[in-house]
Amino acid sequence: MSITYLEAIREAQAKLLRDDERVFIYGQDVGGTFGGAFKATKGLAKEFPGRVLNTPISEDAMIGTAIGAAMHGMRPIVEMQFADFSSTALNQILNNAGTHYWRTDVPVPITVRLPSGGTKGSGPFHSQSMESLYAHYPGLIVMTPATVEDAYSMLIEAVAIDDPVVYCEHKYLYYHLKAENLPTESLPTGKARIAREGRDLTIVTYSAMLHEALAVAEQLATEGFEIEVVDLRSVKPLDTNTVLASVARTGRLLCVGESFPWGGATAEIIARVTAEGFHLLDAAPQRLNAKDTPIPYHPNLWSAHRPNAKEIARKARALLRE
Amino acid sequence: MLETATRSKKSAAPKPAPHERFLEAFRWMLLARTLEEKLVSLYRGGLITGGVYVGRGQEAVSVACGLFLQKGDIFAPLIRDQAGRSAFGEPLLDVTRTYLGSRQGPMRGRDGNIHRGRPRNNQLAMISHLGAMVSVTVGALMAKRFHGEKNFVGLSCIGEGGMQTGSFHEGMNIAAIEQVPLVVVATNNHYAYSTPNDREFACHDLVDRAIGYGFEGYTVDGTDLTDCLDMIGSAVKRARAGRPPQLVVASVLRLSGHGEHDDASYVTDEIKRQPFARDCLKLAEQTIVDVNLLDAATLREWRKDAAAQVDQAISTAQKEAAPEADEEDWCAISTRDLVDPLE
Repeated sequence: MSITYLEAIREAQAKLLRDDERVFIYGQDVGGTFGGAFKATKGLAKEFPGRVLNTPISEDAMIGTAIGAAMHGMRPIVEMQFADFSSTALNQILNNAGTHYWRTDVPVPITVRLPSGGTKGSGPFHSQSMESLYAHYPGLIVMTPATVEDAYSMLIEAVAIDDPVVYCEHKYLYYHLKAENLPTESLPTGKARIAREGRDLTIVTYSAMLHEALAVAEQLATEGFEIEVVDLRSVKPLDTNTVLASVARTGRLLCVGESFPWGGATAEIIARVTAEGFHLLDAAPQRLNAKDTPIPYHPNLWSAHRPNAKEIARKARALLRE
Repeated sequence: MLETATRSKKSAAPKPAPHERFLEAFRWMLLARTLEEKLVSLYRGGLITGGVYVGRGQEAVSVACGLFLQKGDIFAPLIRDQAGRSAFGEPLLDVTRTYLGSRQGPMRGRDGNIHRGRPRNNQLAMISHLGAMVSVTVGALMAKRFHGEKNFVGLSCIGEGGMQTGSFHEGMNIAAIEQVPLVVVATNNHYAYSTPNDREFACHDLVDRAIGYGFEGYTVDGTDLTDCLDMIGSAVKRARAGRPPQLVVASVLRLSGHGEHDDASYVTDEIKRQPFARDCLKLAEQTIVDVNLLDAATLREWRKDAAAQVDQAISTAQKEAAPEADEEDWCAISTRDLVDPLE
């Protein structure tokens, strides 16, 4: 048996619908026989009548409705057709869901699925990675699964969590990434994973960039360097301890993320390591993000806009020489 | 009762609703006015931090919003809904504790003034971004339907200012798609802060939008308590009976500034002379006197009782401790083991 990242997301939702009658799925084109723009809900409307509901193109109202349902005992999963479009629901996510527990003592257990990140030819409005933006605001948990196993287990955990979860699933991994089986156990949310052990340099990353980082580690191993790769799994909470422990072993830190460069998850990691583990560092920590422009359409431009294995390797080699 | 959509009902002289309901509504209006006048004087005396936002002139519409809701119904009040909140069951102490910053209030110093609610008691806590609570009300009603509950409605308040947001539009549309038992009461108080109607919308009548959303629409004279009770009460009844979502558009003048920091000097004399600028509380009282629903002594007693309740709620809240920063847990999520280890 082989299962893709996308199939794992579908299977997780099927399990959630099967096991928990509070769960319903709400989003554009998720219902009927269509099953979503990426088919993440394929067949679910038929299997679970009345619980996989198409919505109008109304991101604000989709989230508002989910918030109202969640505070009255439901566990809605909202599928944004693309992460980019969640910008039109920012008010509901940040100001309503994100503030609700703090203000009223009533948590809002919604899960917002964001098909995130770039693929060739998708352009400025179908390619964004918004985890840093959501992590900036209080009151939200932000998951960034990088593996088939995490895509499955973290989505199930997201729905179980009593607070709002922004679940960033990477479109680039949908079809490419495969596993033999669905997992039977997993790390809890908030715990980072050492994806590869090493002693010369730590690369901290998440989501699709994990695979670029692992490819670089493989390549640099042939040059005699042992790179440790940390998969954050969630950017909020951010497992600072695992990162610090890794930097304690390697003395060098490179952070890689696909979101825009100003601020964000990579900057946050460097700020924390510098503040709490300055003495552990043998060289100034570095980071690599996408470029500070909208995401280009043409594959030639797109592949240079996002961090890629070549750029990560160049940055890693420079850091290893210091 | 009016069954056709988009029907305007102009009443020349107020006609009393069944006396008991009219008097009950009047009493809530009186309590709201008394409370808010006291809050204004506390604000002017520097005893309230932030702002004070009152519903002066809108009490008749508001009280009708709260009065017909039953246990299990959902209420999403907005800025000028003190009368409706009280009629729905909000204790005065929730108001005074929130305004005066008591740690024992429902918001515990974390939010203030009109941004308060008790979602567990079905009174939603508005955010400042207008229109956002319509879809939240829809979701709450969907949850009730998922749970198999029957005989419930939701009522979401808005003003003509909030009606111009995208969020409101999306909320109305999704309410009609989901066919939830929702009443939206829109009070046109003729100003969005300082901006008059002619810079807010260009349609002939806001209620005309109802048909575009798939709502049934009605207008009401918001200065006339009888009309408000009739029209909003009927809308609640229709929604409960399974009719499509209901939009009721009321016309009033906001008889205050946007908040008490605002002297409303932009309100023109011409507007102040319009029939919708009349004070609904005074009109209701006039009806009581004219029809002899209460004698003067009882009216005096009711005023005294309202003042005593307000004084009690204020004095209790004033004695209570304020929140302390070093006792605050500073935690925005309920799942404590997922708090980000930032510091």
